[in-house]
Amino acid sequence: METPDALTLDDQASGPKRTVSLARRGDALADPARQLAALDGLGLPGLDFDARLAAVGLEPLRPAALEFFQINIGKLCNMTCRHCHVDAGPDRVREQMDAETVDACLAALDRTSAHTVDITGGAPELNAQFRRLVDACVARGKHVIDRCNLTVLLLPTQRDLPEFLAARGVEVVCSLPHWRARNTDAQRGDGTYERSIRALRRLNEVGYGRGDPGRRLTLMSNPAGAFLAGNQAALEGEWKAGLAREHGVTFDRLICLNNMPISRYLEWLIETGNLVGYMERLANAFNPAAVAGLMCRNTLSVSWDGRLYDCDFNQMLGLEAEDARGVAGGLGHIRDFDPAAFAARRVVTARHCLGCTAGNGSSCGGATA
Amino acid sequence: MSETYYKHEHLPQFPQIATGNATLASKFFDYYGAVFAEGALSAREKSLIALAVAHAVQCPYCIDAYSNDALEKGSDLEQMTEAIHVACAIRGGASLVHGTQMLEHVRKKGM
Repeated sequence: METPDALTLDDQASGPKRTVSLARRGDALADPARQLAALDGLGLPGLDFDARLAAVGLEPLRPAALEFFQINIGKLCNMTCRHCHVDAGPDRVREQMDAETVDACLAALDRTSAHTVDITGGAPELNAQFRRLVDACVARGKHVIDRCNLTVLLLPTQRDLPEFLAARGVEVVCSLPHWRARNTDAQRGDGTYERSIRALRRLNEVGYGRGDPGRRLTLMSNPAGAFLAGNQAALEGEWKAGLAREHGVTFDRLICLNNMPISRYLEWLIETGNLVGYMERLANAFNPAAVAGLMCRNTLSVSWDGRLYDCDFNQMLGLEAEDARGVAGGLGHIRDFDPAAFAARRVVTARHCLGCTAGNGSSCGGATA
Repeated sequence: MSETYYKHEHLPQFPQIATGNATLASKFFDYYGAVFAEGALSAREKSLIALAVAHAVQCPYCIDAYSNDALEKGSDLEQMTEAIHVACAIRGGASLVHGTQMLEHVRKKGM
């Protein structure tokens, strides 16, 4: 399967485009240093994350057993959602994991006891190595997650992807900000909702979302605006009833994540005058019960170029994982991966971390509290 | 700088109403919290009811608070707008239904 070239993905036909990537626009905010500065420059109380942890006796944040081997395989995407923290888009052709780095990931995976490989992006399915990586992880008995934007399943080159994933028992975690059209299209571009429903029907057709643990369909919701994610347990019932009633679509579970003040979501917060209010909301909603389940404690995040991070958010901010001495990048490249050194790391934190400890807590697996 | 009666920064200062009487404030906020807790009605249902009532009584503080709360509890603009129309229909309907009294008066006095 060849990766579709950038010009084809640029077409509206290959996926709705809510905006244009910061990288493509040459926007200053494309630089992670600028993003961190925008947050550091806020003179609001309660934004010092480490101080908030210390105040409830939870500082420093200690690594737990490694469970999730998360690979961000690239920033190429057929969409450009407004809130994307990756700044993904059809123009990000350069940032793609190559075969050698995939092999290094697999070698590192074999040195860990991680039970889950979580493949994310951009649209990970667009990487030429995606299917080989899935096969290799399934062969190793790992639970595999595909973070899917749904519309990618409608591309001509991906028509057989639902069957491919189903045959391998891959869990599909797909983005849907709301079970109704308005907020879905507002966040992701006009036509997203209609295409998402079509893609969900395709997944249902091959057995996803029908209660089969080997064909698990998880919907992932990020709020379409400057407010916290809802209670996923409370919303799941409404979403199941609504999608079944309106479209005959079923799914297994709903997880909700807060938006992080990073990349394009940060840009949106700034341009709509919502940054101060949102950071205040995160600070006020700090929930100590959300700390134990933070994904930075049990996750290894690998970038397309094989660098190591505590989580995908730190990855996008360029905050490399630190070794036990506190040296950023001191753990090296994925080919040098040393599980003991990683387990002894200092978890890197900054102001954006308040997004994961707000309200019900937030992680790639949903609420943590 | 223009002066207005309403200042949105007063909303987060609501707990300071305890300054004049701590006991009564405490009773009120305990009751308030109990009212909005998950019960026979879900917290989300109560949030939409609160949003509608906020518009019926036209309290800008409540409109601010429950617009945000409804969003955080997973409602979208269309759902929230329908809730406001419920408030409108009841308020309007309250005027209109008294028209049955007017009708009786006119029928009695008229030929």
